[in-house]
Amino acid sequence: MKKKYLAVPYVVWMAVFVIVPLVLVLLYALGSRDGSFTLDNFRTMTQYWGVFASSFQLALIATAVCLLIGYPVSYWLSREGPGIKRIAMIAIMLPMWMNFLLRTYAWMSILENTGIINTVLGNLGFFELFNGVFGTNLKYFPMINTPGAVVLGMVYNYLPFMILPIYTVIDKIDPKVIEAAEDLGANSIQVFWKIIFPLSLPGVLSGVAMVFIPAVSTFAISKLLGGGMTMLLGDLIEMQFYGSAYNPYLGSAISLVMMVIVLICMTIINRFGEGEGEAMYF
Amino acid sequence: MKKNHLLERLGLLLTMLFLYAPIAVLITFSFNGSKSRTLWTGFSLKWYTELFGDKRILSALATTLEVSVLAMVISTILGTAAAIGFFNMKKKPRAILMAINNIPMTNADIITGVSLMLLFVFSLGAFNATLGSVLGVELKLGFGTLLLAHVTFDIPYVILSVLPKLNQCDPNIEEAAEDLGATPWQAFVKVVLPEIQPGVVNGAIMAFTMSIDDFVISYFTAGSGCSTLAMEIYSMTRKRISPEINALSTLMFVVVLTLLAVVNIRSAREEKAAQKREATLKRKN
Repeated sequence: MKKKYLAVPYVVWMAVFVIVPLVLVLLYALGSRDGSFTLDNFRTMTQYWGVFASSFQLALIATAVCLLIGYPVSYWLSREGPGIKRIAMIAIMLPMWMNFLLRTYAWMSILENTGIINTVLGNLGFFELFNGVFGTNLKYFPMINTPGAVVLGMVYNYLPFMILPIYTVIDKIDPKVIEAAEDLGANSIQVFWKIIFPLSLPGVLSGVAMVFIPAVSTFAISKLLGGGMTMLLGDLIEMQFYGSAYNPYLGSAISLVMMVIVLICMTIINRFGEGEGEAMYF
Repeated sequence: MKKNHLLERLGLLLTMLFLYAPIAVLITFSFNGSKSRTLWTGFSLKWYTELFGDKRILSALATTLEVSVLAMVISTILGTAAAIGFFNMKKKPRAILMAINNIPMTNADIITGVSLMLLFVFSLGAFNATLGSVLGVELKLGFGTLLLAHVTFDIPYVILSVLPKLNQCDPNIEEAAEDLGATPWQAFVKVVLPEIQPGVVNGAIMAFTMSIDDFVISYFTAGSGCSTLAMEIYSMTRKRISPEINALSTLMFVVVLTLLAVVNIRSAREEKAAQKREATLKRKN
C-alpha cells in the first residue's frame, strides 16, 4: 500500500464538507425560491450598501487599533527575559479559553450608563466637576450602544490574534543581525526601521488577516455592544438564515460578496509582503 | 535606557489590565449576592450551588465536552493520516490539497457555518423526501451535524501541526526499521509515531481548543434540538445572563489556569535541569 493513499479519507471529507458547501453558497446566491436562475439577489443587496460600508469601516479601524497596540506590545515583550516572556504568553492566551460572548457581555457591565465606569466616576464626583467646567448636564458618559463600543469589543476580542504572530516573528529574529547593524554604525531608530520592522512584516500581515477577517464578519459583538444600533454584515447574514427575514438566497449572495471582497483585500495586503517569506499563522 | 524600559513595562501592564478587566468583573460578580451585574450586594456562593442544579446549563456543558472530545479524537486520527498522505505526495497535488485544507481556516467562521448549514439542510431534506419517507425516518440538524462541522474545522489545525514534524523526520529511520523486518504498521507505531508525537499532541490540543471555543459554526449547524454552552450563553444574552454562567466560567478558568501552571512549571524545571546537566558536562570536559 502506498502511503499517499492515507490521505484519501480526508480528501473525500474535504470534497464533501469544504468544496460542496461553497458550491452550494454559489448556487443559492444565483437561485431563488421557485428554483430558477436569477441575479435578483445581487440587485436586492445594493440596498444594504451602508451595512457593507460600516462593516468594513469598523473592521478596518479595529484592525488598525489592534496593530497600534499589538506591535509595540510584541516588540517590548521580545526584549524581556525568558521568565516574563513565558508568563506573558500564557496571560495573553488565557482569556481565549473563556467564552468570548461572556467576556463581551462583561464589557456591557463595564460600559453601561449605570455600569461600572459611570458609577465609579459618579461616586468620585467626576460628573459634577465635568459639568461645572464645561457647563454641561451629564449624568453619565454614553458609551454602550455606540460604534465605538463595537470597535472596543473587536479590539478586545482579537488583540491576541495580532500579538501572537508578530511576537513569534520578532522573537525569532537573530540577535546577531541586530548586532551587525549596530557594529556597522546604525543607531537604535535605524536598527528598528531597517532591520526589525522589515523582518517582522510577515507576522504583521498574518496578524492583520487574523484580526480583519473575524472583525468584518462578526455578528455577536455588534449585537451585544452595539445594541442593534450598528448593523454589520454578520448580523445581516445571520438574519437571512435565522429569524423573521428568512431568505437563504440573499444570505448566500451576501456571504459570497463578502468572501470575494475579503479575498481581494488579502491578496492586495499579501502583495506588500511578497519576498518577505510566507505569512505564518501560528 | 532604563527609563525606557520602565515605560515598556508599563505598556505591557496596561495591555494586561485591558485583557483582564472584563474577566475580573466576571469572576467578581459570580460571587455577588444578587442577580445584578453592575451592583455589588455582598458575598455569596449561591450561584455556585444553583449551577449544579441547573439541568439546562449542565446538559449544554456535557454537549460541549462530548462534541469537543469526539471531534478531537476523530480529527487527530484523520488529520495525522492525511498529513502522512500529503507528505508522501508529489509537490503539485500536495500544494493544491493544502490550499483546500487552508480554506476553513482563512474563511470567516460565519461563511463556514452558513455553507455547512446549507449542505446539511439540503442533503437531509433530500434524504427525508426520498429514502427517509420510504423507511419512515426523518433526520434533523443535531448532534451529528454539529460533530461533522467540528471535525471539518478541526482537521486543518491537526495537519498544520503534524506536517512540520514529518518534515523534520529522518526518512532513513523508517526504512531501516522496515529493512530490519518491521511491518509498515510496526515501523509506524514504533518509529514514526514517537518522532511526530509532539506535533500530534499539539494538533489534538488545538482541535480541542477550537471546538470548545467555537460559537458561530455551532450556531449554524446544531439546529434547535442541540445546544452547546456558547449557544446557551448566546440565547441568554437576549434576556439576561444568569450569574450561574459566571460561576461556571470562573470554575473553568481556574481549571485551565491550574493545568497551564502545572505544565509550564514542569517544562521550566526540565529546561533548568537540562541546562544544569549541560553545564556540569562542560565543566567535566
